[in-house]
Amino acid sequence: MTDSDNGKPLDETPPTDSAEAEAKAKEEAAAKAKAAKAKALAEAEAAKEPWERDPSTPSWEEVEDSLLVDSLRAAHADAVLSARSFAGDLVLEIDSQSIREVCRSLKEEHGYKLFVDSCGAHFDNREEKELEVVYILHNLETNDQVRLKVRVDVGVEVPSVAKVYAGANWAERETYDMYGIRFTDHPDMTRILLWEGFNGHPLLKDFPVEGIDTGAAIYPETYTDNAGPVAGTGTGWRPPAPPEEKTSQSAPESSGEES
Amino acid sequence: MDNVEANVLTTTYDKIFNWARRSAIWPMQFGLACCAIEMMAVLDPRHDMSRFGAEVMRGTPRQCDLMIVAGTVTEKMAPIVKRLWDQMPEPKWALAMGACATCGGPYRTYAVTQGVDRVIPVSVYVPGCPPRPEALLWGLMHLQRRIDRMSVSNLDDQGPMSPS
Repeated sequence: MTDSDNGKPLDETPPTDSAEAEAKAKEEAAAKAKAAKAKALAEAEAAKEPWERDPSTPSWEEVEDSLLVDSLRAAHADAVLSARSFAGDLVLEIDSQSIREVCRSLKEEHGYKLFVDSCGAHFDNREEKELEVVYILHNLETNDQVRLKVRVDVGVEVPSVAKVYAGANWAERETYDMYGIRFTDHPDMTRILLWEGFNGHPLLKDFPVEGIDTGAAIYPETYTDNAGPVAGTGTGWRPPAPPEEKTSQSAPESSGEES
Repeated sequence: MDNVEANVLTTTYDKIFNWARRSAIWPMQFGLACCAIEMMAVLDPRHDMSRFGAEVMRGTPRQCDLMIVAGTVTEKMAPIVKRLWDQMPEPKWALAMGACATCGGPYRTYAVTQGVDRVIPVSVYVPGCPPRPEALLWGLMHLQRRIDRMSVSNLDDQGPMSPS
């Protein structure tokens, strides 16, 4: 009790001074906090990616001053049909017959050693060259990516780049499976996801999603006649009705219940 | 001789066989898609399939009585389902769990088998997408009721049975 009694007056002896000092300290702290807040805001603004600071829709731009494009144009005459960029990504349209040579020089001379992916695309509203093959290549040293596009007519083969990039093997098989684009000199130009004998290429725009019924059994070696799944089963097909033996079955069933 | 009455049980073949079969259904540990998650939930302490004697999931079809087709059967998976079914010893039953295994579900596409009954005979269809664990338990109890109506004198009953 005595301690607290002694302590209290000691704290309150300079009442005016301490109040002033307190107010000053408060002001200083407030100013400090304000400055810190403003600094943090500025830092956050600076750390933002360009598209966060200016979130307008990117657009296609012609690329004029790219060393890569110039060197490709010099090495492969007429191979680069157009060079554009979209949101900072370089997109080159390549003549379909020179895609392998362009890929080879990109890999061996320009350091695009990583084959990221390749896929197809179908634009059924185009007058000609409806199909497209897209290649995405990556340079691991500069962290640059380049997108190559090849446009072809239906039924035209594209040179395979599987000899240049081993990773293109399965990607090209998938492109063939889904779009029907065949690749010349591919080591194994067969379907990869769907079974052999499947009718059509499902990612073409005119392919019915439930499949095209050929009536043929998918796995004739697994099932007997008229059994098992049928290619394009979305339409029509029903398993054959089991032989009618209802009457002979029902009698023992009921006797079993009674016993 | 006094112990005879306490130790001898008289019953019928059907009753004792059906009791044994329905009380120890061993399902196959075999999931194809998200329905398998619900199938796992049925095994947990809350739903507890072992109350019905069906908790012994076997890793091989050769020790199973019941194939729970839990999930989407694709056309490429269909022959494997068929092979596993053929490897199961009789008597055996198939339970189509969920919309996909029943009829293809939302996937009316070129890649999906429109119902596992195109490949194997199905005894019980459990609706749902995915079915609640309670629904799978309902399917199991339904199957048990059907097994109870089987008769050793008619082995044809082991196939898909008429609706009860």
